[in-house]
Amino acid sequence: MTSVTHDESAYVPAAEVEEPELYHPKTFIGKYIWSQDAKVIAVQYAITAIGIGLVALVLSGIMRLQLGFPHVFSFITPNNYLQFVTMHGMIMVIYLLTALFLGGFGNYLIPLMVGARDMVFPYVNMVSYWVYLFAVLLLVASFFVPGGPTGAGWTLYPPQAILDGTPGHNWGIILMCVSLAFFIIGFTMGGLNYVVTVLQARTRGMTMMRLPLTVWGIFMATVLALLAFPALFVSAIMMTLDQALGTSFFMPALVSKGQHLAYNGGSPVLFQHLFWFFGHPEVYIVALPAFGMVSDLIATHARKNIFGYRMMVWAILAIGGLSFIVWAHHMYVSGMNPYFGFFFATTTLIIAIPTALKVYNWVLTLWRGNIHLTVPMLFAIGFVFTFINGGLTGLFLGNVPVDLPLSDTMFVVAHFHMVMAVSPILVVFGAIYHWYPKITGRMLNDTLGKFHFWFTFLGTYAIYYPMHYLGILGVPRRYYAVTGTDFIPQSAHSLNEGITIAALIVGAVQIVFLYNLVWSYFKGKPAGGNPWRATTLEWQTPETPPKHGNFGATLPVVYRWAYDYSVPGAAEDFIPQNQPPSKKAKGLEQTLDAGELGAQTRGAMGTPKPLGSS
Amino acid sequence: MAIAVGWLLRQTLNTKPWIEQRTVSHVDGEGALPLPSVKVGLGVFLAVATSLFSLLVSAYFMRKMGADWSKLSVPRVLWLNTGLLLASGIAMQWTRAAARRGQIDGVRSGLIAGGVFSFSFLAGQLWAWQQLNASGYFVTADPATAFFYLLTALHGLHLLGGLWVWGRTTAKVWRGVDVGAVRMSVELCTVYWHYLFLVWLVLFALLLST
Repeated sequence: MTSVTHDESAYVPAAEVEEPELYHPKTFIGKYIWSQDAKVIAVQYAITAIGIGLVALVLSGIMRLQLGFPHVFSFITPNNYLQFVTMHGMIMVIYLLTALFLGGFGNYLIPLMVGARDMVFPYVNMVSYWVYLFAVLLLVASFFVPGGPTGAGWTLYPPQAILDGTPGHNWGIILMCVSLAFFIIGFTMGGLNYVVTVLQARTRGMTMMRLPLTVWGIFMATVLALLAFPALFVSAIMMTLDQALGTSFFMPALVSKGQHLAYNGGSPVLFQHLFWFFGHPEVYIVALPAFGMVSDLIATHARKNIFGYRMMVWAILAIGGLSFIVWAHHMYVSGMNPYFGFFFATTTLIIAIPTALKVYNWVLTLWRGNIHLTVPMLFAIGFVFTFINGGLTGLFLGNVPVDLPLSDTMFVVAHFHMVMAVSPILVVFGAIYHWYPKITGRMLNDTLGKFHFWFTFLGTYAIYYPMHYLGILGVPRRYYAVTGTDFIPQSAHSLNEGITIAALIVGAVQIVFLYNLVWSYFKGKPAGGNPWRATTLEWQTPETPPKHGNFGATLPVVYRWAYDYSVPGAAEDFIPQNQPPSKKAKGLEQTLDAGELGAQTRGAMGTPKPLGSS
Repeated sequence: MAIAVGWLLRQTLNTKPWIEQRTVSHVDGEGALPLPSVKVGLGVFLAVATSLFSLLVSAYFMRKMGADWSKLSVPRVLWLNTGLLLASGIAMQWTRAAARRGQIDGVRSGLIAGGVFSFSFLAGQLWAWQQLNASGYFVTADPATAFFYLLTALHGLHLLGGLWVWGRTTAKVWRGVDVGAVRMSVELCTVYWHYLFLVWLVLFALLLST
């Protein structure tokens, strides 16, 4: 960090870059409904995802009521319970997390962070959102059809998914599969945009290795999603055909309720391979954007450059590549050749290496940093803790002999909730607290934010830590009630009650968060252009919130990487990416308020005003 | 895949972003591919489609291990259809050459020929469905037949997507726009048609041989 050059020749105005033709909305509807502006589409995605996510949150509350106090609530029948479990899982993984990280944050942050005016295919981007909304509506519709939504579990394993003992085996499963197919079509439209925008629309000077890690994370997650979602698409279509037309892709010959069914010779394991070929990359589709964002949150709020940037990028690429060759570790109990299991156990454990590198680098970035315990930083540190906890139990479950007895117990539920539910959602919260000022121009309330953080963070530990013990005791997952079972002691039932109380508190606390989002939109403290004094391009826009086109008259030019925090000898503890390496620019910085400079001079012009002109 | 990895290596190895502060004269060539964005977009889409069809082929082989597998009685009309799809690809290639030379008349007739061959191919596929059905093999008859309907349907839907772009391009040519305004669409269509022909060859070979 000591080789900062002070090159006077650097002071050259930016050459005019060819301007893409922007879409110019004229009416309210054109601006906010049928919008082609990635930032508006991002907010549409986010609101839809959070809305359907709240449904899934309520469902999980009902499930916990049943688990904590079985036989008390008459409105929860065994069928309903299975349906709530299924819909909770599917909504949270696909319709909330995937849509929010890629459709929400991806749309908002990619063009701003790479210095582009918009996505490269804005029209396709708009259609992507509307197809996503249609998929969500189909999903919601399945609550209102005869038989209700499918109760097959979020993995939708055949044959039980379409046998008539399973709730929603008629309409429910078909609507689920069709909704997934539409989700994938919509996502592919958006995903093409994210990938091509990162590859082709970077502004001058923004090399791949100068991209903020947020963009790297979203980029790689999108690549994974584009290649993995076709597996889910194929399985959803085949499942629909098996259900609706009576083909036998997945359905073996079987006797159900004394009746020989017409199915013959299909392979349920084929479905499992297809599903998990999608399902495991899906974990990283959710995790990689979270990894990227948390890197930026930690660097910004610890006022330190990210430790091992190049290693972080390569870890993201390695995790992405490896995630395609570990899928069968979800199928150890499906019966497989032991060598096959050995191979997948090995690849699974290898993936711990790049993941651990990332964790070390986050901790080393915090090490002796100038840590500001802002709300985004609290969530980021909470993420690191939770991710380590969830990751360690992953080492248990990755091994075949340890996985076999723990399979389908609460231990698995605790593991994946820690690692791919709580961890990413903590990053989502941190990211919302971090970027909300840019999106709305106002800060979120700090006190409410800290309240939200501590209750959510400690509350999720109160929920999921004890669940590991339940799993080791052998308490199975997805069971409506386990009362009257000898091997489950009374203490386990008391623990279940405690978990339920914690879960209801954590669920209720989210109301504070929603209230904060709405209240701050109207009454929050004005944020200014760059409240966190961050280096990346989205904070250097001339207006906050950024107008359509993002960067005013001229696109910014990038001169440095995204992590010039606390550079020795620099006047400020951050140097924006678009500030040229020049003594004059540094002199100017001392005389002007940094926020004002960031908002007006650098952002608007791409290069600072000449000395003395202010 | 190898190209993508090689490109990434060139982008990322031996760069030290934390000490480099390249100035304006050096910031050109940020590493964007030397291609128009729409071509990159098509390339990414073809990667997605390749993933889709590879997974279908893998599923086909896994399902084929089942005891109830029997070979598909391939309708003879598929040979004709293969020829039609090849002809439509050749017509597209010819259109592309005409577009490069700037001959709008050549583009117009080439597009029409390509469209006619493509629609004939789709009609031929439907005819093959009809023939199979008439000889007692509907989608539920046996797994190979089910795969036949599934594979041809998905392949046909991809071709329909291409025909939508073809339709827009042809409409533009009809309204009398400049060749330059449609050259890119014609190039993209040509690449896409060749790709779909290759996919069809793989699927057809699969259906014939197993």
